[in-house]
Amino acid sequence: MIIAEQKPLKEIREMIAPYKKVLVVGCGTCVTVCLSGGEKEVGVLASTLRLADAVDGNEREFVEQTITRQCEDEFIEQLRGNVEKVDAVLSLGCGVGVQDIAAIFPEIPVLPGLNTTSFGRPSEQGVWVEECAGCGDCILDETGGICPIARCAKNLLNGPCGGSHGGKCEISDDTPCAWALVYERLGRLGKLKTLEEIKPAKNWSTAGHGGPRKMVREDLRK
Amino acid sequence: MSFEPKIIAFCCHYCAFAAADLAGSMRLSYPSNVKIVKIPCTGRVDVIHLLKAFEKGADGVYVAGCLEGNCHYIEGNIWAKKRVKSVKKLLDDIGIGGERLEMYNMSAAMGQRFAEVANEMTERIRQLGPSPLKRNLSDESNDGCEETCSTETPERSTVEV
Amino acid sequence: MKSGSNLERVLQSGNFAVTGELGPPKSADPEVIRKKAGILKGHVDAANITDNQTAVVRLSSIAAGAIVMPLAVEPIIQMTCRDRNRIAIQSDLLGAAALGMKNLLCLTGDHQKFGNHPQSKGVFDLDSINLLKMVRDMRDEKKFQCGDEITGKEPRLFVGAAENPFADPFEFRALRLGKKIAAGADFIQTQLVYNVPKFAKWMEMVRELGLHEKCKILAGVGPIKSLGAARYMATKVPGLDVPDEIVARLKGAENVKAEGIKLCIDIIQQVREIKGVAGVHIMAIEWEEAVPEIAEGAGLLPRPQIAASEANMVAAE
Ligand code: SF4
Ligand code: SF4
Repeated sequence: MIIAEQKPLKEIREMIAPYKKVLVVGCGTCVTVCLSGGEKEVGVLASTLRLADAVDGNEREFVEQTITRQCEDEFIEQLRGNVEKVDAVLSLGCGVGVQDIAAIFPEIPVLPGLNTTSFGRPSEQGVWVEECAGCGDCILDETGGICPIARCAKNLLNGPCGGSHGGKCEISDDTPCAWALVYERLGRLGKLKTLEEIKPAKNWSTAGHGGPRKMVREDLRK
Repeated sequence: MSFEPKIIAFCCHYCAFAAADLAGSMRLSYPSNVKIVKIPCTGRVDVIHLLKAFEKGADGVYVAGCLEGNCHYIEGNIWAKKRVKSVKKLLDDIGIGGERLEMYNMSAAMGQRFAEVANEMTERIRQLGPSPLKRNLSDESNDGCEETCSTETPERSTVEV
Repeated sequence: MKSGSNLERVLQSGNFAVTGELGPPKSADPEVIRKKAGILKGHVDAANITDNQTAVVRLSSIAAGAIVMPLAVEPIIQMTCRDRNRIAIQSDLLGAAALGMKNLLCLTGDHQKFGNHPQSKGVFDLDSINLLKMVRDMRDEKKFQCGDEITGKEPRLFVGAAENPFADPFEFRALRLGKKIAAGADFIQTQLVYNVPKFAKWMEMVRELGLHEKCKILAGVGPIKSLGAARYMATKVPGLDVPDEIVARLKGAENVKAEGIKLCIDIIQQVREIKGVAGVHIMAIEWEEAVPEIAEGAGLLPRPQIAASEANMVAAE
């Protein structure tokens, strides 16, 4: 899923300061699962903002609505009724959701309530970890199913570097060394020999360094 | 003119609510400021319930569950403790003040403790004064609590949350 | 000869090589570099010029190299993958070679998190192994990384890499060294050795793979200045292995600095006995004054003067 976390309250309050009526929009997909932008979080954030305004004596109204996905136009259409009644939208979707709402309703400011961080999964309850960086040229077949692009702090293709210690990355003891994991996994798969081959320099043009990426399926286009 | 705070106590069915009952039958006095919301387990208390209580005009809120290790639902009270902790921080951030919210633990046999806690919290909020909300919110904010909380009451307190 | 550098000549002639380290200043002051070069001169065969070491901004490695060359200190330019992409690295290497620099050490680089600009974007376009390969191909194939031919003069560099025998997984470390050699490393400088038995074990694995015959291995050594530094290195620096005995030895010493130097000399003598060790790399960053004393104490002086022809002859034998 896409992982995102709520922006600091202070930042959100500064963003909405100029507006009198704000629609807080949740998304029922990734950010619901990572507990940062679903219906429940919309309720909590709106309630918090209401209280904060009440303490400061600000007049501001909040409307709450959560849609199935903020990254598909059909669902965003469902916001129209509420969007027409407010003067700003605070999206608790990922960056894609914010942009898509802004594209559909170009007349109204759409503000990001979340910081979108990565593609990952919950590794344990309450912890979400990044596991893929969307590099556009997947090499998981060569690395025992562990991504060194997203999970090695230096994106090494021929790790582990000299900072790997006891399975931890040099950047922090909280971070597993991706290459230590690769080593362990390939060992189990009986494929350690493949680590002796030099993996050539990566082609980063597919990883976003060649400009924004686009997938086109002619067979599906109208 | 003395200020009489409005306090909401989320009490779990198995311990704190039973303790309140006991306090009642023991004829222990505790302030009528405390309105009890009965919940099956403090684990059922969500962040939104605590915030709504303040939105609806509570000056103080507390959650009372079983003693740690004795939760009927094993660890509901541990979860409640974590949520209370995070909401305290939130309340600090927005200027309401985390000290207006508290977590307590007691067993069903602790009628005395129940009364003590009710007194303690009432006194604390009395000292703090009214909730700093300058604007009344209860009209505009819709109440998410009604569907989820049973509002059964022991003896005398009436509850409308 | 790959580049004909002094370091290459010393190593090819079979002499036990000594390299040192020179950290450029965090300012534009060339005098600091000249002063350090003056200390190292005559005591080492070549000196590494660090490249924004530990991700702290310093005067450029290549510029500092240009400053020390006229002072009879041969630079080993360090190049990390952290701050430059393949375009910038190749460009800088053409420049370094044009300025007459002949040695290069290829590193991945410490993560920017450790430096004074932790908010910077780490580049890591290449890793050290692909950096080695790129430099080797520029020299031997006259090709840029993209495959385009270098039509004029190619950069002729004697190429080194670092390896940490003490990092994990230990069993893989010698194999990874093999990858670096296959990618083009002519010489290796290791991480600081304080745990000699572990280093010896690693060298044994290196010899089993025959790597010591394909590449010159210089053991990294360094004096410890204070007990605090020893403790810090023992517990806080990932990838360093400082055994308790070392800390205890310094703790028992009356003069810790002198003992630190003596310890370094002892380690040099021990690693020198290990088959396949072709030299030592003395790392005394911000304590360059210790290098002459260590080199002297370890009986490494005077440094040999090897003519290119001589080195070639020995190499041919
Ligand atoms: S190799 Fe690329 S596509 Fe595959 S998991 Fe890693 S970042 Fe994602
Ligand atoms: S320690 Fe491991 S994960 Fe961290 S940078 Fe080095 S190889 Fe990558």
